[in-house]
Amino acid sequence: MSDYPWLLTMIVVPAVGGAVVAALPKGRDALAKQVTLGVSALVFVLAVLATVAFDTGGDRFQLVTSVSWIPAFGVDFALGVDGIALVMLLLVGFLVPVVVVASWRDTAPAGRTMQAYFAWLLVLEAFMVGVFAATDVFLFYVFFEAMLVPMYFIIGSYGGPRRQYAAVKFFLYSLLGGLVMLASVIGLFVVSESQLGAGTFAFDALRQLEIDPGVQKLLFLGFFIAFAIKAPLVPFHTWLPDSGAEAPIGGSVLLVAVLDKVGTFGFLRYCLPLFPDAARAFAPAVLVLAVLGIGYAALLAMGQSDLKRLVSYTSIAHFGFIALGIFAFTTEAGTGAVLYMVNHGIATGALFLVVGMLIARGGSRQISDYGGVAAKAPVLAGVLLVAGLASLALPGTGSFVSEFLVLIGSFPAIPVVTVLATVGIVLAALYVLLMVQRTMFGPARGLVAEKPSAFADLGRRELAVVAPLIALIIGLGVYPQPLLDLIDPAVAATMVDVGSDPAGSTPVQEPVTAEQGAN
Amino acid sequence: MGAIQAPSLSLAALSPLLFVFGAAAIGVLVEAFAPRHVRHPVQVALALAGMVGGFAATLLIAGTETVTAGGALAIDGAGLFLQATITGLGALSILLFAERGLDPARSSFVAAAAVPAGSPRDRELLTSERVQTEVYPLASFAVGGMMLFATANDLLVMFIALEVLSLPLYLMSGLARRRRLLSQEAAVKYFLLGAFASAFFLYGLALVYGATGTIRLSEIRAAVTEDGTGTLLVLGLGLLVVGLMFKASVAPFHTWTPDVYQGAPTPVTAFMASCTKVAAFGAILRLLYVAFGTADWTWRPLVYGIAIVSMVVGAVLGLTQTDVKRMLAYSSIAHAGFLLTGVIGLGGGTGSGLAATLFYLLAYGLTTLGAFAVVTLVRDGDGEATHLSQWAGLARRSPLTAAIMAFLLLALAGIPLTSGFTGKFAVFRAAIEVGAWPLAVVALVTSAIAAFFYLRLLVLMYFSEPAVDGPTVGVPGLPTTVVLAVTVAATLVLGVVPGSVLDLAESAATLVG
Repeated sequence: MSDYPWLLTMIVVPAVGGAVVAALPKGRDALAKQVTLGVSALVFVLAVLATVAFDTGGDRFQLVTSVSWIPAFGVDFALGVDGIALVMLLLVGFLVPVVVVASWRDTAPAGRTMQAYFAWLLVLEAFMVGVFAATDVFLFYVFFEAMLVPMYFIIGSYGGPRRQYAAVKFFLYSLLGGLVMLASVIGLFVVSESQLGAGTFAFDALRQLEIDPGVQKLLFLGFFIAFAIKAPLVPFHTWLPDSGAEAPIGGSVLLVAVLDKVGTFGFLRYCLPLFPDAARAFAPAVLVLAVLGIGYAALLAMGQSDLKRLVSYTSIAHFGFIALGIFAFTTEAGTGAVLYMVNHGIATGALFLVVGMLIARGGSRQISDYGGVAAKAPVLAGVLLVAGLASLALPGTGSFVSEFLVLIGSFPAIPVVTVLATVGIVLAALYVLLMVQRTMFGPARGLVAEKPSAFADLGRRELAVVAPLIALIIGLGVYPQPLLDLIDPAVAATMVDVGSDPAGSTPVQEPVTAEQGAN
Repeated sequence: MGAIQAPSLSLAALSPLLFVFGAAAIGVLVEAFAPRHVRHPVQVALALAGMVGGFAATLLIAGTETVTAGGALAIDGAGLFLQATITGLGALSILLFAERGLDPARSSFVAAAAVPAGSPRDRELLTSERVQTEVYPLASFAVGGMMLFATANDLLVMFIALEVLSLPLYLMSGLARRRRLLSQEAAVKYFLLGAFASAFFLYGLALVYGATGTIRLSEIRAAVTEDGTGTLLVLGLGLLVVGLMFKASVAPFHTWTPDVYQGAPTPVTAFMASCTKVAAFGAILRLLYVAFGTADWTWRPLVYGIAIVSMVVGAVLGLTQTDVKRMLAYSSIAHAGFLLTGVIGLGGGTGSGLAATLFYLLAYGLTTLGAFAVVTLVRDGDGEATHLSQWAGLARRSPLTAAIMAFLLLALAGIPLTSGFTGKFAVFRAAIEVGAWPLAVVALVTSAIAAFFYLRLLVLMYFSEPAVDGPTVGVPGLPTTVVLAVTVAATLVLGVVPGSVLDLAESAATLVG
């Protein structure tokens, strides 16, 4: 069963599905939705099956598929996953159907069709799977850049009033980061050419290169800037609040829950193993940025009057924690960071979706337009509270486990930074609870007072959207072990690459010669 | 060696040129003797036959490496690749010329170019369905000149080729049926500045001859290796480079480009943007590597600087444009800069830059040709609607046209899975391999800047509300449809599965001298 090309299927199915949805005759929005839901559910099933086929004690990369793609550049269409990539695929597979159901009743702006929206969504899913599954750096780059196009159209065509500005800003920021990374990708290729004879983009071969520390720093920076923009890490974050706020809710969820994770995933997969010396050299600077980001974004989140911008800023603060866990260079913190990537995807996804449901009722994104919703829609208020509590990492929610792992994993290595980061937890409690309190409790205010009939409680479809999210938030808070089993070996291997794990910092030399002999 | 001492003239090696020049010469006779009503189909068929014949001939003699015609022509891998590219793009351009379904007067060319703009006769011509067909032999001559330019093995032949390709282009720029004044201005401007550039080239030729006593590229190389470079030679080289850079519309020798691209009839602009660029870079590669390959330190810093200027000027000034054709002109200037990074990437002549540049030329030529073909479709009562604001909401009016343009723009911006990305990757890789990574970094940053103006058009087409009295999108006839299909398919294929073409470029990457 493990010979079946699961990953390739997971790319092809949504890509073909997207083409089919786009090709459906005009006006068949209902059919388009059903096809999209069916296809995305199928991808989720595939992701689960792939997880079953994955052997947690086996090789680092499994479910490998590789065919030669552009021989002139030494590029292979090579797919494969380690535990980190696999949990991200599960997250993608899980969230897309949720987003499809959440967007079921959305209406397209004049002149556009929901059919196109769903088609873009499936294309985006294909690229998201590809970006996590690629084990060829060139292929990764292709997916990394290609992902921009569907997201650009999702924001620009279906977003809020300032969608054009947000879409262009999103595209240009990401493209600039991507192009800087391209320089490093090519640089890496040239280094491999000089060391191995023939240039390659295969991750496993590149990992074993002995790159001069000076060159490493330059190459590292290229990758780092791209990922820091994507993640986004303060000070590269200014595009996210605009995009997060202007994108349609489904787009915002995928943007924050998945696309941004590509940045932190990239740190772990590429920055650390490929450039270990540079990663260690730059780690203090990254940690400072991470802690600054946690505090700065939390403060800005408190000052927001726009619900979606607020949620975007909370994400930026959380990305600080993830970056902290990654650059602490301990297996525990790294595992916590990856788990946080999943939990944050679920928690922030839930928060965005519930906020979206609130906005769908009131038609305004301003916090001040709401008040006392809980009296009209108690379930909505309850769900928002749970999502909010998950976001501030209350014990019992998944985020708590991951944040805790990050903090205890980092403390022995970098105590001062960890202590400072802990302050972020307090701030998180403030911005989340203030928002929930202002919108949900107290007397009916603003729009809630003006048109109380609009604030009905959650319908069945909406419950179907939030129920699995809430279940996962609590489930992963109580029993995260299955995910940890998947993540831990992959993170441990990464830490060996970066040379921070005393148990395995030496045996890097031999495979290189073996590789050269093979060539 | 045989005993025959007559100037060796390998007809096989010359056959691509013979096809195209033959078609051009017969075209002149047709123009003079064939009755008016059959001229258009005959001329189109003849010009196409010349291009396709030339194209097929290059394929048949692929692999030839010879110096022929008394040493005046070097038929080699790179030369044949460029000739095939030029004839292929030329054939597509001829198809654009032949489109009769878009303009209500059944052609985008004026029937009598010499009539003063704005005069009563000129106004008559606007609606007259009389079609003049001299543009086809002119284009054939231009293509022949370009093919000669890319294979010229001595400076004098290179100069003659430059003139043969330029003179028809000057005329063709002035042939627009609509906006006559702009078109005539473009023609005059192109002619005057082109004449300057030719003079630069000629003067440089004279200086190089004075310094080395020869005009043969290989002998110049030998002389440079033997005697080193004196002031005279460096000056001569500089002037030659100026002349060639002008044709390739590389900044700072680019000032004609936006005006001429805007004023010329759009099919001619498409022709110039694709074919002329290919030919000019062919000549640049040949001059710099065959003749001056051993003295690369003299021109390398110069080309390095020009590349940066061209990328920055193209990208930054492109931001301020409000006309689609001018925007694409600045895009072409920026791309010329990217191409120069490939030229730098040739290193001492052994780098992967030659193959990369060849591939880039092919990819860019096809994409830009397609983009201009789309421009011919968007029209209002006064001809083509080229002002950016007129493109607002185009996706609403014509989703397919907008989608094609969007795809081509993404390719020009260098987004993966398009040919533009593969090309950029190839040239930047070549540059980084020879240690020119600062140049590659500048190129990448300017790519990001340039992406902004491509995106701006995307935003207008997709996210803006259409204007009430906006332009209509013409239904293209068969020729334009073919051009669009070919260019879009090629842009996609060269982006998704570029392997075989890259290998072809790799195996063609030889220059003999």
